[in-house]
Amino acid sequence: MSQLLKIRGLKIEGRSDETWNPIINGVDLDLNKGEVLGLIGESGAGKSTIGLAAMGYTRDGVRISDGSVEFEGVDLVTASAAVKRGLLGSRIAYVAQSAAASFNPAHRIIDQHTEAPTQHNVSSKADSEADGMELYRRLRLPNPNEIGFRYPHQVSGGQLQRAMTAMAMSCRPDLIIFDEPTTALDVTTQIEVLAAIRDIVEQFDTAAIYITHDLAVVAQMADKIKVLLRGDEVEEADTRTMLSAPTEDYTKSLWAVRSFERPAKPAINVKATPIVSVQGVTAAYGKVDVLHDVSFDIHEGRTVAVVGESGSGKSTTARCITGLLPPRIGHIEFEGVQMPLDYRKRDKMQLRQAQMIYQMADTALNPRKTIGETIGRPVEFYMGLTGKEKRKRVEALLDEIELEPSQYIDRLPSELSGGQKQRIGIARALAAEPKFIICDEVTSALDQLVAEGILKLLAKLQDELGLSYMFITHDLATVRAISDEVVVMKDGVVVEQGPKLDMFQPPHHPYTDLLLSSVPEMDPDWLSNLLESRGVDNIGDAAVDKM
Amino acid sequence: MSGLLKIIIQRLFLGLITLLVVSVIIFTAVNLLPGDFAQAILGQGATEEAVAAIREQLGLDQHPVQRYFQWLAGALQGDLGTPMSQALFKSFAGTNTGESDVTVLSQIGPRFANTMFLAAVTAAIAVPLSIFLGILTALYRNSAFDRAMNVFTLSSISSPEFFLAYILILFLAVLNPIFPSLSNIFEGMAFGDRLEKTMLPALTLTLVVTAHMMRMTRAAIINLLASPYIEMARLKGLSPMRVIVKHALPNALAPIINVVALNLAYLITGVVIVEVVFVYPGIGQLFVDSVKIRDIPVVQACCLIFAAAYILLNLTADILSIISNPRLRHPK
Repeated sequence: MSQLLKIRGLKIEGRSDETWNPIINGVDLDLNKGEVLGLIGESGAGKSTIGLAAMGYTRDGVRISDGSVEFEGVDLVTASAAVKRGLLGSRIAYVAQSAAASFNPAHRIIDQHTEAPTQHNVSSKADSEADGMELYRRLRLPNPNEIGFRYPHQVSGGQLQRAMTAMAMSCRPDLIIFDEPTTALDVTTQIEVLAAIRDIVEQFDTAAIYITHDLAVVAQMADKIKVLLRGDEVEEADTRTMLSAPTEDYTKSLWAVRSFERPAKPAINVKATPIVSVQGVTAAYGKVDVLHDVSFDIHEGRTVAVVGESGSGKSTTARCITGLLPPRIGHIEFEGVQMPLDYRKRDKMQLRQAQMIYQMADTALNPRKTIGETIGRPVEFYMGLTGKEKRKRVEALLDEIELEPSQYIDRLPSELSGGQKQRIGIARALAAEPKFIICDEVTSALDQLVAEGILKLLAKLQDELGLSYMFITHDLATVRAISDEVVVMKDGVVVEQGPKLDMFQPPHHPYTDLLLSSVPEMDPDWLSNLLESRGVDNIGDAAVDKM
Repeated sequence: MSGLLKIIIQRLFLGLITLLVVSVIIFTAVNLLPGDFAQAILGQGATEEAVAAIREQLGLDQHPVQRYFQWLAGALQGDLGTPMSQALFKSFAGTNTGESDVTVLSQIGPRFANTMFLAAVTAAIAVPLSIFLGILTALYRNSAFDRAMNVFTLSSISSPEFFLAYILILFLAVLNPIFPSLSNIFEGMAFGDRLEKTMLPALTLTLVVTAHMMRMTRAAIINLLASPYIEMARLKGLSPMRVIVKHALPNALAPIINVVALNLAYLITGVVIVEVVFVYPGIGQLFVDSVKIRDIPVVQACCLIFAAAYILLNLTADILSIISNPRLRHPK
């Protein structure tokens, strides 16, 4: 096998406040023709930066300060812009994380597909259009002859992601950089895209760098894996060795995250009044019903995970419980007492009962308020504490979420990391001293290690304070880790509910089965086996449609 | 597309209401001004009898509300009335009273045509120029060229219009006699002559309106340069020019179109000073004179034309913005 890409001593710096700080501290990388390398690490590890540098490209405010990136002997670091433009698109292509954002909204998909071949004089527009349709067919896009003539906003996220893979293939490049191509997708859609990418990379013997933070995904895609930590290489090995026998402690800790699981709790006392009871709720946005007769109970000290793909009505259910979206039919009970449907009609005591923690801690915290002010507000509003007492309570809450009060109380949200911000979100919810907290995808924007810390904190708080959680998530690993009961939703309907142990044991509802079997596992043969068991034509969309 | 038609009809209807409100405001405002046509035309030495006689002839002795509705009734039938100055002149010359063949429409018509001609010539130069410069400054952002263009357009927009006009006259008419410094165009003039005589005022106005449009084009494009699809276009190995023209510009059109529309409206309504400097027979000069002598029918008509220009240009801008957005053009 001949060497395609050779990176030596790559150092990259980023500018902040007029000084250049190192992002990548000297990384080597080798890739042969037709080989797939997985780059993994937490956010901030420099995965995407290396991926882009492999194309000789850096984003604004970032520069390559040292080292070489040789693509077939051409050093992309020193090459002129014109030489690089000749290689980009035609020999080296890029597949971005969000296809929805990376397709130009102003042009049809096929016109963007044919742009690289025509601009690089690889083929004519007509030939490239025909080839595009052929690629769409191979990637199993519906209506391959027609879908390209739509605008990006008229096509779903999973389909766009495949169209983007086709676009990267348009010039039959030797190397494709995949930058988290499935992170934004639901598990069932992810399978299709993964299978499509793997097929096409194998068919055309394309080399690829596959960037992801999901170990199970990389296990399916890569021949070898390189682990990164804060701009340094931790270790590199072929996939099977890396999965079965990682040598470095950091890699082992990454591998271990998925093993966190709470011990099962005793069965629920059926006679006890549930903390929250959702009873026959049907709710609509405008005239369209998005929830249909949803009912479930949440008991004291338990965690109910609400699972489903995006658009299945998980967050809408939460909005009904909190009264942000009054249900059209049905009602909500807290400890056996029926609540006013509209939050504006609930009094302070009733409002206190249901607190929320949000997915994006970034946007859920007021950037101009210090941590002390953010947590102090509900302390004052609900508990009526002011002055010294309020400060004492805020400090106690910070202690509870394991952040040193004296260090953090006067900071602004921008001075915190993602995981710390999420902890502040938890403290704010605790400030109302609720019995029940809704956690809306609280870990999905976080790295696995950080997410695990948040899950452990929530578990600890539940044990200490007897809290009940409604845990909205699309990540079944999280469900396995933290939940006691599971509610599976699809298209606004509860398709299955019950104790976690039962849910993870067959027989399942076919949709639950599809969800469960779509979660990537660390076994490198998992995807192949799964596709075989489902039958090649029966993946994703097709499987969902059948039900 | 039926949605678009509905928007257009809705907006036109709202536009009509706006015009009605404008006419009430203008009528009231002119009536609030001290003095009226009779006093203005007769001067300080006028006897009370003479003033009263003219008032009676022109109907100025009637109640303002009554006069407004008389005017409105006429306007709805397409008759914007007779300029008071003309009516008075006719009555002195002995030909009938009040009635006249010179109507407001016939007086404003040719003037308005001249104004539109000047605006069109200016727009034909300024709009392509500023968008082109906007693209170039975005492409070479923060370069010496970018800075020089910004300094130049900002200085020209910050200078008084008459000053720019005299500078252009100095360089393009006096030192290098390329264009005539007087724009005394008249009806029946050949298009080429007319264009030549219009060049200096058009260039002056171009200097005035270019800065807004160029800077908006530049800002709208640069705003998009950080978006993922621009990065994607760059990673396809496209040339920087193609990235901007093909990938950034189509998505930046909405704000650019709106600024262009605002500037065109300015060209129709606000060019009195340039008209005066070049003796260009446009509508602005007529408007100012009519306000001076409180000639209400002419003032009303001018204001309605100005308001209509704003409404129509903004409507056009909105429609073009919608058409330039594929999300609205091709719903799911």
